[in-house]
Amino acid sequence: MNPLWLLALVVWPAVMSLAVAATGRWPNIRETVSVATGVALLAGVVGLIEPIAAGERPSLTLFEILPGLGFTFTLEPLGLIFALVASALWPLTTIYGAGYMRGNDEHAQTRFFVCFALAISAAIGIAMAGNLLTLFVFYEMMTLVTYPLVTHHGDAESRAGGRIYLGILLTTSIGLFLPAIVITWLFAGTLTFTHGGILAGTGLTALGAIALYTLFVYGIGKAAVMPFHRWLPSAMVAPTPVSALLHAVAVVKAGVFSVLKITVYIFGLDFAFKTGATEIILWTSSITIIAASVIALYCDNLKKRLAYSTVGQLSYIVLGSALATKLGAVSGSLHIVTHAFGKITLFFCAGAIYTAAHRKYISQLNGLGRSMPFTFGAFTIASLSLIGLPPMGGAWSKWYLMSGSAGVEEYALLGVLAVSTLLNIVYLLDIPARAFFLPADDDTPRGFSEAPLACVLPLCVTAAGCIALFFFAYPIISFISSALGEGA
Amino acid sequence: MQMLLTETMPGLFNYWIVIVLMMIGFYTVIAHDNLVKKIIGLNIFQTSVFIFYISMGQITGSTAPILMHGAAGQQAVYAHPLPQVLILTAIVVGLSTTALALALVVRIHEAYGSIEEDDILAADYQRGTQESQKEQERMARARAAERHASRDADDGREQDEDAPDS
Amino acid sequence: MIVQLFHQMPVLVVILPLMAAPLCVIAHRALPAWLIHTAVSWVVFGISFLLFVETRVAGRVVYALGGWAPPFGIELVIDRFSAIVLLLVTGMSALTSLYARASIAAELPRERAYLVYAAMLLCLCGLVGMTVTGDAFNLFVFLEVSSLASYSLIAMGPSRRALLSSFQYLIMGTVGGTFLLIGIGFLYVMTGTLNMADIAQRLQGVAHTHTVEAGLAFIVVGLSLKAALFPLHAWLPNAYTYAPSSVSVFIAATSTKVAVYALIRFVFTVFGADLAFDSLPLGDVLIVLSVAAMLSGSLAAIFQTDVKRLLAWSSVAQMGYIVLGFALATGAGLTAALTHMVNHGLIKGALFMAVGAMFWRMQACSINDIAGLGKRMPWTCAAFVVGGLSLIGFPGTAGFISKWVLLQALMVDHHWLLAAAILVSSLLAVIYIGRVVESLYFREPAEGRKVARGEAPALMLVATWTLVALNIAVGLFGAAEVDATRQAAMSLLGVGQ
Repeated sequence: MNPLWLLALVVWPAVMSLAVAATGRWPNIRETVSVATGVALLAGVVGLIEPIAAGERPSLTLFEILPGLGFTFTLEPLGLIFALVASALWPLTTIYGAGYMRGNDEHAQTRFFVCFALAISAAIGIAMAGNLLTLFVFYEMMTLVTYPLVTHHGDAESRAGGRIYLGILLTTSIGLFLPAIVITWLFAGTLTFTHGGILAGTGLTALGAIALYTLFVYGIGKAAVMPFHRWLPSAMVAPTPVSALLHAVAVVKAGVFSVLKITVYIFGLDFAFKTGATEIILWTSSITIIAASVIALYCDNLKKRLAYSTVGQLSYIVLGSALATKLGAVSGSLHIVTHAFGKITLFFCAGAIYTAAHRKYISQLNGLGRSMPFTFGAFTIASLSLIGLPPMGGAWSKWYLMSGSAGVEEYALLGVLAVSTLLNIVYLLDIPARAFFLPADDDTPRGFSEAPLACVLPLCVTAAGCIALFFFAYPIISFISSALGEGA
Repeated sequence: MQMLLTETMPGLFNYWIVIVLMMIGFYTVIAHDNLVKKIIGLNIFQTSVFIFYISMGQITGSTAPILMHGAAGQQAVYAHPLPQVLILTAIVVGLSTTALALALVVRIHEAYGSIEEDDILAADYQRGTQESQKEQERMARARAAERHASRDADDGREQDEDAPDS
Repeated sequence: MIVQLFHQMPVLVVILPLMAAPLCVIAHRALPAWLIHTAVSWVVFGISFLLFVETRVAGRVVYALGGWAPPFGIELVIDRFSAIVLLLVTGMSALTSLYARASIAAELPRERAYLVYAAMLLCLCGLVGMTVTGDAFNLFVFLEVSSLASYSLIAMGPSRRALLSSFQYLIMGTVGGTFLLIGIGFLYVMTGTLNMADIAQRLQGVAHTHTVEAGLAFIVVGLSLKAALFPLHAWLPNAYTYAPSSVSVFIAATSTKVAVYALIRFVFTVFGADLAFDSLPLGDVLIVLSVAAMLSGSLAAIFQTDVKRLLAWSSVAQMGYIVLGFALATGAGLTAALTHMVNHGLIKGALFMAVGAMFWRMQACSINDIAGLGKRMPWTCAAFVVGGLSLIGFPGTAGFISKWVLLQALMVDHHWLLAAAILVSSLLAVIYIGRVVESLYFREPAEGRKVARGEAPALMLVATWTLVALNIAVGLFGAAEVDATRQAAMSLLGVGQ
């Protein structure tokens, strides 16, 4: 396989963003171009599955950014999974976005779709980065191109939200992530993602490893481990398609994906496990899981509740990485997929509710389920998936996470997972329960009044995806396991 | 005692003068308000350095480094010419600095009607505070005129959460 | 003939601008003066590039002025280090020349424009002279040439406050220059020579006398004044704020860098790192001062309303990065200092050009005046954004390369707190750049101002975007730059020539 394909896939959405900008005057053509770009991208990524599964690891170094540090793309199974998730959900979100943006008469729609394409380009870049420096370049690029999306409305509120968004993400990445990369470089003399890690045998002490790992995880602000989670609720000022794709899939998953990748390919599971490098993060992420779920309980704003739910769910993935075992890493990467499908469905539903009924508070949703059966049906399915009930995809990731925790004999973590699952049930199922079973308000529309088809169709597809993942989880798991190799 | 005297006071007479002049000049530059006096201080300061250079080329009992004819010229002990040449250049530099500084003072006098630094700074300060006040007002106006999201915008705000007025 | 000219290149870079300056005055009109300025700047840039290539190959180029053999005659020495600085100075001059025409026409009365071009050429001559000379006293003379030219350039600023700023700069600059003169005098007393290489050789026997130590102190203080190192930076914010925009561009990108160049040259080539850093605590002093500069400069920048002044304060902070690198006195530290010297020139050049273009449009550049320009001047504002990102140290821009090299130099010696100071200063940069960007894109245009829509003139944009493109190119292909600066640093430390 020609490694230039990697470059082509990264550059493709960015190039097509120009086409989107050029066709801005004709919304129908513009959206067609967007969706076509997304489908082509998905096809390209899907085409990579076979060679990667066959054990190929295409790699391409374009030029040297710094002496000894190339601008390198390499594809391996973890990256491919993230790329698949991002590129599969993008065309769906574009269709949904078209429905939402038109349904709500948003301004600057062209800019919106252009930035979307650029953000996907950055996400693919992160997925295919061959070393930490390349990953950092795309990580920051993503922060930058999503800023106009967060501040889309351009009013005082979105500016304040954007300030927090950029402030926290840049502070953590420049203040913690960058020094962590430099330290890694000084110790290891390389930043290439290598099977088995690059830090073992470099003279890094156990204490140093703990400090470095903590620096990395907090430096990756996009992983939203408390106390650096505030940007995520702030980013909810953006239009809902943005919250759906970026703040449930691309941006946050870029964060946890980076954590996972650093755990597996920079530290190496063995080294991390032996030195106990992940000890602090193990507990801070547990605290984040519980605390975020508790906060979500008290949120009345639907998007805010979903945001805090995301904060908690992201920490599942961080926790999975921090277990530093194969099971943990498998659960983490599996949860990237299942949570992506679940959470994007929930956000799609939130946007659909807003578009159709103009409701954004949970307390106003009573009885709305009868007039929006598809939306709330999908909402229920996605909630069940996030809670981890079969037959939804989320069941597998929770299963692996629990057995991973049991495997390292951290029974307190099992307690954390159990409590958080209960909290999940309370704060998620509360919503469809209200919608279906409580009596409607006076001004709730009677009869069938769903959002536009462009909004409802994608959410049904992703909800179906949640169920499908339950049945097709095994290939994914074996695929990931093959990447992690034997042992641990 | 005799030794000490030649080695310090008279022997190093030039250098003492250099130090005294330098301090006088430096003090004048710092302490005086009048821009012309500042320039004079600067000149004294520079002159002290010129003297320092000339002094270091001096040899006891030597003549000026000027070509002399005849036997006297053959045997004459003359001062080191290079520092003098250097100082010629430095004097030119100092002169142009002074000329430029004086020209600036003329322009300042035209613009402000005064060459006392305090007056000028006061005038600028007054204007500066007015201007910054104006800027603050403009900033406040801009903030007041800022568009706010409608209450039912699709954002992550709670019902009782106030709009940030930043 | 051509070969002859090749041998004369080191002196041509100095005398071409020097001779062209009076030509500008004779021409007496804006257009011919501008043409002369532009032509000479580009020619000098071309020669510098050839010299740069030559030093890459040969290591150093030496030229005996007037055929007088050193150490008696004045010697011009271009090694790998000075070639880089030379390239920066002449390159900035060439780009400023493109930029200057429209900017100066808008800010100054037409009949005085030719004088700006003449003075800019003189300033260029002085800066280039400082860079190429191998003679200590000659360096002083060129320093004064460039300083005198910059005083007069700043005084030509459109506001009357430019006059007092220039006067204050003149006083401080002359005191600094005279300090340098005293220091050179001390060296001359001890060694009897003015040729830098010769001084370095003869100093070895007398290195630990008080006279030499005092000489070092005078030279460091004098050049720090010109380099605006904290706390000797008082002249800089006013000077950059009130000077004509194109002058701000040129001076901000080059003048302080060349002063730091001279400082590094004296400390490493003449005195030697052993004397300055091992026997005397120069390193410790400079480290403390540079950290103070980074933090205070960035903090002060946050509270400015005038964008030019904001950038000027940011320059004070950025000088801290450069001096911090060289205060480490290690190969990595020097590499970082040199890299940031070049990169900061590119960054600040681009930012001042963008602000100058906004000034060209609005005739003012407070943060309120430029509000809402994002839609009217998309290219200029985008240039500002990229320049700002580079200043912050965003990956893919020149600033990132600097930051990386500097962090690496600090961390390899376990200076964790210094590394933290750099990061804090970068984050402060996020705040002040963010303020400007928010004003550009999120605010409504300034009220009560009827301003024509439209971009800055094409030449201004070309110059600005060339610098922006250079920022990005250096950010992506930084390996080449770091390689060049590392070689220069090694040649300064006398390793692996």
